[in-house]
Amino acid sequence: MNPANYLFVSALLFTIGALGVLTRRNSIVIFMCVELMLNAANLAFVTFARIQGNLDGQVIAFFTMVVAACEVVVGLAIIVSIYRSRRSASVDDVNLLKF
Amino acid sequence: MDSAHALAAGSSSLLVWLIALPALGAAILLLGGRRTDKWGHVLATGLSGGSFVVGIVELIRMLGRSGENRGVSQHLFTWISVGHFNIEAGLLLDQLSICFVLLITGVGTLIHIYSITYMEHDLDRRRFFAYLNFFIAAMLLLVLGNSYLNLYVGWEGVGLASYLLIGFWNQKPVYATAAKKAFVANRVGDFGLSIAIMIAFATFGSVSFDGVAAGAGKLANLNSGALTAMGAMLLLAAAGKSAQFPLQSWLGDAMAGPTPVSALIHAATMVTAGVYLITRSNFVFDRAPTAQLLVVIVGVITLLFGAVIGTAKDDIKKALAASTMSQIGYMILAAGLGPAGYAFAIMHLLTHGFFKAGMFLGAGSVMHGMNDEVDMRRYGALRKFMPATFVTFGLGYLAIIGVPPFSGFYSKDKIIEAAFNAGGARGLIIGSAALLGAAITAFYMTRVMIMTFFGKARWAEGTHPHESGKLMVVPMVILAIGSVGAGALLSIGSSLKNWLEPVVSRGFVEPTPRLSPLLVSTLAIGAVALGVLIAYLKYVRQPIPELAPTDVSIFTRAARRDLYQDAFNESVFMRPGQYLTRSLGFLDRVFIDGAVNGIGALFGGTSVRARRLQTGYVRTYSLFILGGAAILVAAMLAARL
Repeated sequence: MNPANYLFVSALLFTIGALGVLTRRNSIVIFMCVELMLNAANLAFVTFARIQGNLDGQVIAFFTMVVAACEVVVGLAIIVSIYRSRRSASVDDVNLLKF
Repeated sequence: MDSAHALAAGSSSLLVWLIALPALGAAILLLGGRRTDKWGHVLATGLSGGSFVVGIVELIRMLGRSGENRGVSQHLFTWISVGHFNIEAGLLLDQLSICFVLLITGVGTLIHIYSITYMEHDLDRRRFFAYLNFFIAAMLLLVLGNSYLNLYVGWEGVGLASYLLIGFWNQKPVYATAAKKAFVANRVGDFGLSIAIMIAFATFGSVSFDGVAAGAGKLANLNSGALTAMGAMLLLAAAGKSAQFPLQSWLGDAMAGPTPVSALIHAATMVTAGVYLITRSNFVFDRAPTAQLLVVIVGVITLLFGAVIGTAKDDIKKALAASTMSQIGYMILAAGLGPAGYAFAIMHLLTHGFFKAGMFLGAGSVMHGMNDEVDMRRYGALRKFMPATFVTFGLGYLAIIGVPPFSGFYSKDKIIEAAFNAGGARGLIIGSAALLGAAITAFYMTRVMIMTFFGKARWAEGTHPHESGKLMVVPMVILAIGSVGAGALLSIGSSLKNWLEPVVSRGFVEPTPRLSPLLVSTLAIGAVALGVLIAYLKYVRQPIPELAPTDVSIFTRAARRDLYQDAFNESVFMRPGQYLTRSLGFLDRVFIDGAVNGIGALFGGTSVRARRLQTGYVRTYSLFILGGAAILVAAMLAARL
């Protein structure tokens, strides 16, 4: 199959993720959209590795997964703690830090 | 003249106590506050008296040494030490300073005693005595400092004391204004003194009297620019402090202070500081004839100016103030005559200290008995009610107009003689002016005397004049004795002249007099007699109206308004000065403030708008991040292409 198709999928996933981050209120959903964007990037890396015929992109994908795992831990902890204090998971309620 | 001669031959550790005692008194009374109310005045008087005793001790020691070795000094501490420039804070007591020390502490103590009764009912008597002690300390520092810079400290100190005491009753706005006026006029003079000090430093590299004297002696030519400029600036300083033309306008208003202050500061001591300054700087003036001529001109103008003002004043204190101005004019004139006149300037200063302080205390005594009335038109016939005041004031009167053998005769006569002996047309002009001044002095002082003590009573209703208490009368009596005897004591055998000779006129050979002393004395007495006669015809033969007549000649009107000195100052200096400050203020507000505030407002306004971007919504920030990333990518792609 033409490897460019994988790139199209990757771009699609990234776009869905970005739109999700920009438009959704629920922080869990936003969080999943971020994961979606990360995985779109991973897919792109792996595809590029395949096109180039070396393993660099694959290695980077592993790094991304490790970073994403850490990010999930920290992010979920923040979300849980916000939920505890505000009884809401909506990001629009967390708007104290402004002008 | 051997200018390199050091002024002090020995040293004495007592000198600092002269200043320390009254300074201590001022400190205790000011810091002790209300706790010292009960005994503060006694302490202040005692400390001032203690200073006088130290002065007497020093005088006796000084008499025990020979003429050249009489000066003593005391090193206090190193004040400023920068590289090769050293200023030592030190005191110098020589034949000239001791005259002042005894006058200041002696008359000062008498006036302290007088004030105990005079200020008895004033709630703030303690503060008054604290200021008096502070004044004594500052004035002693002025005459004891061994350099111009030390003198300057005392000079500023007496200016401050004068300001505080003129405005002592500052609850009256007029009095507070008078104090400010005196302070501002004095500042102009102080400016001159500071410039003179700078010139001395720039030219001679030293500001001590020794150093400047040595430097001036080494200058090859007479009338060098630096010496003339320094002399002129010293004269400006003297004019400010001594109320000489053109800075004379403050003295009349200074009478707002309590009368003992007028007697001590504005008659006997502080206002003579200018004469001291010029006499002390003899090494400058002797080598700068142009500056000396200026001194003489200022002296002559002021002695006539003051005398003319004195003829029209109805306020007894202002009449005496005008007279003070005029008498100091005589002293300045004498000091301007160089070695021939310094001793006579100091002699007149000392005798004037006695009779003018005595007359001011007399005026205070009259005011005390007349419910603080100062208008002489509401006095009259007081000689029967206040005999002691009448006699002491009368002796002072005879002394000031120069009737022999009272003290003023000796000193003023010598000045007139020295003026005629200056030679040529110059001598004739200043001599005649001095004679004319003597005649006018006789006129206005006779007027004061007649209006106050003779004639019919013109008192306000409910006035019961009475003699003042013992503590007020005793100082007046002592000063009256001085007014009678001081002149003869200082003059017979040229005692003061020989005393001061090592300091002010070393090696000066007296020229042969151009007019015989007898002729000058006759002329002077004739002028005095004429003045008295005119006053007699005008004020004894004619009744004195209770209100000042308004249909008077233009000359009287001018004299009443102090020869328009205030109008002149206001239109020439004050108004343009105010316009200048106002326009500078306008420039400052519009341009400087405008630029500064404008820049501030620009950034402030911008940031107010910029911070609106911080909405607090996460999605806004993510949009920014996305936008930023998109721009980055676009830029990278564009760079590739």
